[in-house]
Amino acid sequence: MDHFTNPRNVGDMEDADGVGIEGNPTCGDTMKIYIKVRDNRIVDAKFKTFGCGSAIAVSSMVTEMVKGKTLEEALAISKETVADALGGLPPQKMHCSNLGADALRKAIDDYKSKQKG
Amino acid sequence: MRKCYFDHVATNPLHPDVLEAMLPYFKEDFGNPLSIYEYGTRAKSAIEGAREKVAGLVNAKPAEIIFTASGAEANNFALRGIALAKQNEGKHVLVSRMEHHSILNSARFLEKSGFVVTYLPVDKKGFVDPDTVKKAITKETVLISVTHASSEVGTIEPLKEIVKVAKEKNILVHTDAVAATGNIPVDVKDLGVDLLSMAAHQFYGPKGAGALFVRQGTRIVPLIYGGIQETGRRAGTENVPAIVGMGKAAELAQKELQGRMDYLRPLRDRIIDTMANVKNVFLTGDRENRLPGHVSFCVEFIEGEAMLLLLAAKGIFSASGSACSSKALKASPVLLSMGVPAGLAQGSIVFSLGMGNTSEDIDYLLEEFPAVIKRLRDISPFAEGWGDKEEGGECTVKK
Repeated sequence: MDHFTNPRNVGDMEDADGVGIEGNPTCGDTMKIYIKVRDNRIVDAKFKTFGCGSAIAVSSMVTEMVKGKTLEEALAISKETVADALGGLPPQKMHCSNLGADALRKAIDDYKSKQKG
Repeated sequence: MRKCYFDHVATNPLHPDVLEAMLPYFKEDFGNPLSIYEYGTRAKSAIEGAREKVAGLVNAKPAEIIFTASGAEANNFALRGIALAKQNEGKHVLVSRMEHHSILNSARFLEKSGFVVTYLPVDKKGFVDPDTVKKAITKETVLISVTHASSEVGTIEPLKEIVKVAKEKNILVHTDAVAATGNIPVDVKDLGVDLLSMAAHQFYGPKGAGALFVRQGTRIVPLIYGGIQETGRRAGTENVPAIVGMGKAAELAQKELQGRMDYLRPLRDRIIDTMANVKNVFLTGDRENRLPGHVSFCVEFIEGEAMLLLLAAKGIFSASGSACSSKALKASPVLLSMGVPAGLAQGSIVFSLGMGNTSEDIDYLLEEFPAVIKRLRDISPFAEGWGDKEEGGECTVKK
């Protein structure tokens, strides 16, 4: 609940190294996650989310969890680990957690593809 | 912290006089109305007294009122009971897209049972056009069900005109007047409807008490079979305290109706007028033909459940038709049928006022609500616009 009422890491990141967007407002939630990467490690993360209380809490928690993690460690974050970190989510809200993990994965993919490019 | 209950469409608090009227029937007057000794006769006369008062509220005859356990039961009873009673004359039923789930799901049951159901479209304000009704009628049509007023967007339907169209073809009309009864004048003779559903907890009565008005001479098949209660049309030992409570609430509503409307309308209008100054906040439903205490908006770029939860944290209690706030994770069918884009429909929020709300409550709401909107827009990736996501088509959300 605290991550919903006082979400951490809200905002845009102009010089982000990777950006991931997941979801669609017509179905409920959209998450946009920004990451900054140094030496294969996520040093900062921010988010913008359109969605319910759980979606906002998940975004806040995911961006907290990834800070300081290597990209490999960050990719291991799943909907279960996010939900557990929040103290559990009701079954009908698990998709919010999924959305958080997917948006993060997309941000990491975006970073990797930029590195190659 | 101030607590403002703005969710009267969910339920109303019990009027203290209603509670007083009910109490003896939990205690010394506990009898079964079918018993022929004094415990029974006292309970029987109590429910018949309540029937007169409920009939009085909607200008019906007492014999035309059948008590049920809820508005939903009354709606189920009306649709199934009439469809089954009339199936030899035709198997076509019309319902509007503004209806409550208890109507829509009953209609779906009828479809599975071999009936054909036409779902009447509505316009941007949620009105059912009597002309559309006229065009949808076939030789097979036996029943038309259109809500009196929508609990979701507050719109009051042009029921008299719809009844006129139906009567030209001799078709029965049912109305779900759960949100309307006790809140605006509801007169079955003036409206001309054949069946009308109501629920006590929408006018400061108890939960678990509803009624169906069935015009005299209208044959209806029971939903619940058993004993001879409610002249054999609704079996089961009567919930005497609840029925007595409904009677008392009806008596009070009839007496105080004008005063209640005069009290609520200015409070409602203040919210609507003030929020009109906040960018991208849209009133849903009609402005004029609207339930007296009903305010509903779609707030663009943010989601209804998040709004509802942040407001609740401030002691403001409201409702939302957003997908996230529903267990089914589906956006409000009512808003979608009114042509509200799916993304905007996610920002649905409903404030329904009651007699316990004060002008200070409205001040507080008007202070906190714009702040909550701003907070969520600061978090939203769409605050600058929907971009290309609005027309996103298929949902990618994984369940």
